[in-house]
Amino acid sequence: MAKMQITLKVNNREVEALAEPRMLLIHLLREELGLTGPHIGCDTSHCGACTVDMNGKSIKSCTVFAAQTNGAEIITVEGLAGPDGSLHVLQEMFREHHGLQCGYCTPGMITRAYRLLQENPNPSETEIRFGISGNLCRCTGYQNIVKAIRAAADTMNGAREAAE
Amino acid sequence: MIPAPFAYHRPRSLQDAIGLLAEHGENVRVVAGGHSLIPMMKLRLAKPEHLVDLQDITELRGIGSEPGTLVIGAMTTQYELIGSELLAAKCPILRETSLQIADPQVRYCGTLGGNLANGDPGNDMPAVMVALDVVYRVRGPSGERDIPARDFYKGIYSTALADGEILTSLRIPLPAEGHGWAYEKQKRKVGDYATAAAAVVLTMSGGACTSAAIALTNVADTPLLAQHASEALVGTNVDEPAIAEAARRAQQIANPSADGRGPVDFRIHVAGVMVRRAIVRAKQRAS
Repeated sequence: MAKMQITLKVNNREVEALAEPRMLLIHLLREELGLTGPHIGCDTSHCGACTVDMNGKSIKSCTVFAAQTNGAEIITVEGLAGPDGSLHVLQEMFREHHGLQCGYCTPGMITRAYRLLQENPNPSETEIRFGISGNLCRCTGYQNIVKAIRAAADTMNGAREAAE
Repeated sequence: MIPAPFAYHRPRSLQDAIGLLAEHGENVRVVAGGHSLIPMMKLRLAKPEHLVDLQDITELRGIGSEPGTLVIGAMTTQYELIGSELLAAKCPILRETSLQIADPQVRYCGTLGGNLANGDPGNDMPAVMVALDVVYRVRGPSGERDIPARDFYKGIYSTALADGEILTSLRIPLPAEGHGWAYEKQKRKVGDYATAAAAVVLTMSGGACTSAAIALTNVADTPLLAQHASEALVGTNVDEPAIAEAARRAQQIANPSADGRGPVDFRIHVAGVMVRRAIVRAKQRAS
């Protein structure tokens, strides 16, 4: 099939790409745009390692065609850090609380947690666990991931209050 | 996993989408949220030559009401159902069910229409629609028609939807004020289909049950309306003997196959437990 011209915004940058209709978003991100933060884990929309943010929603980029994202705004884990390379609070807290071991699930986990905290800035432990139930981690047993997200929420809320 | 090649279409109107379906005959599929179809395409169990993406068709979205009826566009996502104040007030079983479908990422994409039209007996919403006696509105080249949810499901991936037709909206008869509801689902893990699940909607008046509808998920090739089980509740005060009898009758129509979720006897057992729990919770919520 002929390739299609698609235009989208990725990490706040306008991107034009040529994609076969059957190209999945994860392959566009990793192979065409060089964004290897989103990982391919199960490739069956279960594990969440490929999670990115699209138009304000967490999505599994292995289960969306690149063509469907024409006109969309995407944020990958690469887009969370500041322009000077300073870590996002979630990234800092994952480091601080040892929220990863092998690290394979981490980009999807952090990108999902980013959206979760946008929607619910003060989640309970139960809400965090429910909110990340589409992301599998086979190392940590989730304890430290939950702690890291909770700590990030506290830090972000503290910063918000200090600003007011 | 890479799907077989296809041509991608993204029409802006329902009329254009129906035109594309007519033009491409048997080699075309519509994609809504894509979380059933795209995995099937990656496994090459589905190989459409043309894919018609419905995401830009605004007339297929939205939650509204008409006198006596709730109207939901087929492209409304599970996430939007969960967030709807109108549904929380008028038909809360939809929120309760949506929260038990798949996981957060899938619920942002997955649509009510896709869940209903796919014809997969593992999908959760069909049994809820059967319990609520919902009517599906579909449109095709020769116009619009209504199909009751109770007549829609014919077999595994087989429905009353004809080639070239698109499910456009659901029309839910407004449940009575003070009705009780519950959707109880047993699953092995997040994202799994039900071992068995039950939807119950009932009304109570002066301590007696005045109406009840029970429907079952994933214990047959189609969702099942447990009519005989519902009748075991009506006229009773939904006490233990009535609940036990309703659960027993629901189990009698369950006809699951053995799979990774368990052998046949176990899944029938679970169906009984789900019916029982759903009735108890629906009764507690009824006023």
